Amino acid sequence: MLEIKNLHAEVEGNKILRGINLTINPGEIHAIMGPNGSGKSTLSYVLAGKEDYEITEGEILFNGENVLEMEIDERAAAGLFLAMQYPIEIPGVANMTFLKTALNAQRVARGEGELKTPDFMKKVKELSAKLNVTQEMLRRPLNVGFSGGEKKRNEILQMALLEPKLCILDETDSGLDIDALRIVSEGVNALKSPERSMLVITHYQRLLNYIVPDVVHVMYKGQIVKTGDKSLALELEEKGYAEFTGEVAA
Amino acid sequence: MAAVKETVDQVKQIDVDQYKYGFVTDIESEKAPLGLNEDVIRFISAKKHEPEWMLEWRLDAYRRWLTMEEPTWAKLDYPKPKFNEIYYYSAPKVAEGPKSLDEVDPELLKTYAKLGIPLQEQEILAGVTEENRQYSKVAVDAVFDSVSVATTFKEELKKAGVIFCSISEAIREHPELVKKYLASVVPVSDNFYATLNSAVFTDGSFVYVPEGVRCPMELSTYFRINEQNTGQFERTLIIADKGSYVSYLEGCTAPQRDENQLHAAVVELIALEDAEIKYSTVQNWYPGDSEGKGGIYNFVTKRGDCREKNAKISWTQVETGSAITWKYPSCILRGDNSTGEFYSIAISNGYQQIDSGTKMIHLGKNTSSRIISKGISAGRSNNTYRGLVSAHKKAANARNFTQCDSLLIGDQCGAHTVPYVESKSASAIFEHEATTSKISDDQMFYCQARGIGEEEAVALIVNGFVKDVIQQLPMEFAVEAQKLINISLEGSVG
Repeated sequence: MLEIKNLHAEVEGNKILRGINLTINPGEIHAIMGPNGSGKSTLSYVLAGKEDYEITEGEILFNGENVLEMEIDERAAAGLFLAMQYPIEIPGVANMTFLKTALNAQRVARGEGELKTPDFMKKVKELSAKLNVTQEMLRRPLNVGFSGGEKKRNEILQMALLEPKLCILDETDSGLDIDALRIVSEGVNALKSPERSMLVITHYQRLLNYIVPDVVHVMYKGQIVKTGDKSLALELEEKGYAEFTGEVAA
Repeated sequence: MAAVKETVDQVKQIDVDQYKYGFVTDIESEKAPLGLNEDVIRFISAKKHEPEWMLEWRLDAYRRWLTMEEPTWAKLDYPKPKFNEIYYYSAPKVAEGPKSLDEVDPELLKTYAKLGIPLQEQEILAGVTEENRQYSKVAVDAVFDSVSVATTFKEELKKAGVIFCSISEAIREHPELVKKYLASVVPVSDNFYATLNSAVFTDGSFVYVPEGVRCPMELSTYFRINEQNTGQFERTLIIADKGSYVSYLEGCTAPQRDENQLHAAVVELIALEDAEIKYSTVQNWYPGDSEGKGGIYNFVTKRGDCREKNAKISWTQVETGSAITWKYPSCILRGDNSTGEFYSIAISNGYQQIDSGTKMIHLGKNTSSRIISKGISAGRSNNTYRGLVSAHKKAANARNFTQCDSLLIGDQCGAHTVPYVESKSASAIFEHEATTSKISDDQMFYCQARGIGEEEAVALIVNGFVKDVIQQLPMEFAVEAQKLINISLEGSVG
């Protein structure tokens, strides 16, 4: 599904990723943990194609295709989805309009043709009920005035609607209370399938109680310093990052 | 003034037909001689079979115009038009257009295709000479259709007692109404371009809605298709009598080419007691090529007068075309409790320059006005909002709310806001809100990361930005306007 080989990336001359190697097979759930500034979010942005980063070395293959040569929207249409830590507000654009525009843009890019409005409405209604996204939230401008929990639920709604092959969750648990965390996690778990992979980025082990990973990576200073199974997350929770970074946590 | 009297007498003596064949050397071209003088004005007036009072009125305007100077206060930069190198009258079809669509700017054709305009209409819009039209057969049928549609509409309007005709016809057929209302909102010497228009206007619409009548349909210039095509100096006069209502649509979303670079229209609206006029415009004149050459100069004076109590005038405009736009649709709130509204979307791209806005003049008691202006600048364009809100000392409890939002796309364009507020009434309450924003990289990234292409993302964000104004447009116009906005901004990113 995803193959990252010796990936180096920098921003304005600051080296942030220093040789990431990561392979995710179909159906696998990987978690990346690590302290602030270790490059976790950078990795997610680089995968999605944000332009602020310069790739100096390495490659990313997504189902055999060279991701680094694809436009942002082409990556999305190919099935790569990033649930963002800070979803962006777009005034005046109704959430529903945005969902429809995005879905149809992807479908057209894949040569599937636009979804008929009644079919679209039915699908959105079904999915939003599960995620506790109200009709009112669908009518409101995208993310404008949404609470932290509403924004995250809305991200998962987009993900469920777009049915990506690879879901990247960038600190989706940040700013969520226990109830919201449960709803969001259930939404994510409902998307688990043998063909769909997930990359879950988080600070805390808590999220991984709900979304159980197959593989856990510890990231530090732009490199993956340790990889293990889900017990690694518990170990981290107990001992802190210092054990793995060779430094005392601040 | 003896000389003038003499000239007038001379003209009077000439029979219209003699005049037509005797006055101009090149009769076949149906064109007035180049430039502007009193003879040209007489020619125009004769062509229009106008009564003498109208000719006098025009000549008076012309003489005043000679003493005036072109205004320079707008934030616009353009070579001054050479008024003596312009033809002020030419019959609709002059064989100077492109010979076929092959000769038309391919960019323009692409836009037509995107708007889904049939080929024969493309030829008409692009000004392809009639005898060279490949689709002339089809075009003729299409026009016949439109004529029959227009006739049906005219019948229905007649039943309701609504007068809807060209201004020239109104001058001939309804002189009492024209005399009473023409220039009663925009005086002949109001400004340089309005005065020029008064002297040389050749076309435009006239609407009169009688007392208590709700006009049964939205009136559009489209239904005057069997009349002469719109000229460069349009003159429109709309009167809504007591308790009546009319909605008028002007313009066309398809980019219109015109050999005439200078356009100076005057639009006057008069709403009497309890009457309401809604005037919607979509302006999409040719903005010039990719370097900004050859675009239309659009100098318009539009003003509405809420002449009696409880009157309401509402302007909605979507401005995307023209190289230069100088336009301030305004409301005079004379009647007590009258209401004025101005909703505007002004989009500039490439090298376009727009200086536009409104004036809300509060004279009566309890008058209220609302201004929502959305300016979008892209490319190397400049977009200025210029507005005046004033309250006379007798305008007790006048209320205004103004919201001016500017959106910048790219880093080479400019947005400017010049609001003037003058209040002489202690009880007036004026509110002004203004914002300037850029489409942020984060917004773009977010849209694209969901699979939306770059240009579609810009269109989506811009459509969100202008939503409040789009909602004011009549339904079918709104859909077209949205499409047009998307097209106007193509190539503004990347």
